[in-house]
Amino acid sequence: MPPSSSELSLVRAQPRILRRLGREANPGDLIFRALAGLFATLVLITLLVMAVQMGHASLPSLRRFGPGFITSTEWDPVRDLFGAAPFIYGTLVSSFLALAIAVPVALGVALFLTELAPTWLRQPLAFVVELLAAIPSVVYGLWGIFALAPFLRDHVEPGLAKSLGFLPFFRGPRQGYGMLAGGIILAIMILPTIASVSREVFRAVPDTYREGALALGATQWESLRDVVLPFARSGLVGAIILGLGRALGETMAVTMVIGNRTEISASLFAPSYTMASVIANEFTEATGDLYLASLAEIGLLLFFVTLLLNIVARLLVWRVAMPSRAK
Amino acid sequence: MNRRGFLFTLLAAQAAWLLLGCHGSEQKPTPASGASGEPAQAGPVSLNGAGATFPYPLYSKWMAEYNRLHPDIMINYQSIGSGGGIRQIQARTVDFGASDAPMTPDEESKAPGKLVHIPTTLGAVVLAYSLGGVPELKLDPEAVAGIFLGSITKWNDPKIAASNAGVNLPNTPVVVAYRSDGSGTTAVFTDYLAKISPEWKDKVGVGKSVKWPIGIGAKGNEGVTGQIKTSPGSVGYVELAYAMQNSLPMAELKNAAGKYVKPDISAITAAAAGVDMPDTLHVSITNPAGETAYPISSFTYLLVYEDAADPVKGKVLADFLWWAVHDGQKLAEPLYYAPLPGPVVGKIEGRLKTLKAAGQVLLSKP
Repeated sequence: MPPSSSELSLVRAQPRILRRLGREANPGDLIFRALAGLFATLVLITLLVMAVQMGHASLPSLRRFGPGFITSTEWDPVRDLFGAAPFIYGTLVSSFLALAIAVPVALGVALFLTELAPTWLRQPLAFVVELLAAIPSVVYGLWGIFALAPFLRDHVEPGLAKSLGFLPFFRGPRQGYGMLAGGIILAIMILPTIASVSREVFRAVPDTYREGALALGATQWESLRDVVLPFARSGLVGAIILGLGRALGETMAVTMVIGNRTEISASLFAPSYTMASVIANEFTEATGDLYLASLAEIGLLLFFVTLLLNIVARLLVWRVAMPSRAK
Repeated sequence: MNRRGFLFTLLAAQAAWLLLGCHGSEQKPTPASGASGEPAQAGPVSLNGAGATFPYPLYSKWMAEYNRLHPDIMINYQSIGSGGGIRQIQARTVDFGASDAPMTPDEESKAPGKLVHIPTTLGAVVLAYSLGGVPELKLDPEAVAGIFLGSITKWNDPKIAASNAGVNLPNTPVVVAYRSDGSGTTAVFTDYLAKISPEWKDKVGVGKSVKWPIGIGAKGNEGVTGQIKTSPGSVGYVELAYAMQNSLPMAELKNAAGKYVKPDISAITAAAAGVDMPDTLHVSITNPAGETAYPISSFTYLLVYEDAADPVKGKVLADFLWWAVHDGQKLAEPLYYAPLPGPVVGKIEGRLKTLKAAGQVLLSKP
């Protein structure tokens, strides 16, 4: 049984109660509080130092290109011309493509594991799903090169082009390597994250709610749709955000299959590039101040894109959480 | 979690920097002992170097072998990439750097002292392809430039067919694979393309990373190799060693003398033998004149300060370099590197004898 709301508020009110009882001066509590506070601040400081350092490192490029850096599609190290637009586009599209594929599957997996699967199957299946998260990304990348990309080229892309070729997303030469391969690899990699967090969220839905719905004559589908899913909504958004975060920052596996071309193309078959990939690809061999600064600025932009998406998601969670939990 | 790859790269670089930096500050010049003025080596000495990944297999073999011969000398090499090697030797956080492409004048001017390029070995870039039923392919410069500029899109293009009489070339698309990561291999290959094609020189240029007119980027030699192996009709450039180890078919290229040459060790050494080595010891040997010369090969260099900060380390390094360009060359061929030709070694000998520390010449060779 989860704690009732009165129990929860009692726990939250503990510091206030202690203060009222005049027991604040306990040295053990004080030390613990200071220590925990220090650790919490450390995270903030690290984040701040990183942002400042990256900002400092990207100064030459900020000065040279200004805000045009974000919109320019030119990336030509030979001529010292740098622009981030293809990388921002590639990062966002591959990540959202990954979400579009992974979220329905992950929610299905999580629902099956908590609500529908026979009890003896739940643990082993959950274990296998979580095992996916333990595979190193370079292994995913190799699998992408040797299995996924050829499979997409020979079996998936021709079919898509034939049936959905009237859309701009499924046109052009079919090479296997490209945005579609990158999105699918990412989807597989974020699937376990979303699935296991969603599973925990579904498990937190009190059984009394389900029983209540069933007692009122709801079918299992109706109880899931009208009771379990709404209750779990804010938690699910959190799960998706975790997955998105992983997709935005994933480097190695994506680099190995996305085709690494600084082009913006509507077609999912076309090669693309991500922000994390270009840094991983070019940082070690970059010479020249402007080149290094531009790579640092890409890092800074990735930082901000991630931050921005997290803030938006947080706001989203608060909005959907409002009606169900009065604060 | 998110940004993990990036953070990790940054942190690792930072950590390496700090470690090496601290190490660097520890090394105090040991005063030269003895009346002879010859720096004496007392106790074990360890040298640190960093740079190019391309010669790494050979360097690590050399360093292990040298340690076997001189048990109190430890030489460490980190293959962090030529760019990193140049940055670290500029900052004097390592005892020697390594780079596939020679330093630019701008980079040389940023170093606190005069840096010397020492050519150590020769490598080649080959055009590997996957084309079922075509075990041998000949390409002339026009065809190579056309493929990588994107003007040749089918394998049965007349420009390819012209030099492959009797070969049944398929009417399938040419899929170009290039290196997405910055690399000396790309620098050598684009240097060659710029020499054979004015259009390439104008439109694209030469560099470790360039804006490719066409194709798909794959990470590392292994990535390009993987892409060629899995995509029928693909062609890409890789180091000779990778193509050999993966038994990929390699195109024969028409050299400046008009002869078709297979990439092999002797053809690479031949490319270097015909070159007029300048006193700077760095020179491009792509598209050379020799009849038997393979057109896309290059030297790789170790970067050392002419005036060493530490006489003991300077002496050890100079001795090692002497050994590397002589006995060390015998270890090159099994690893698919080409030994330096005799005249080049002679030139390097002269340069090594000018290495000094605190005004004292380090090598006492005849």
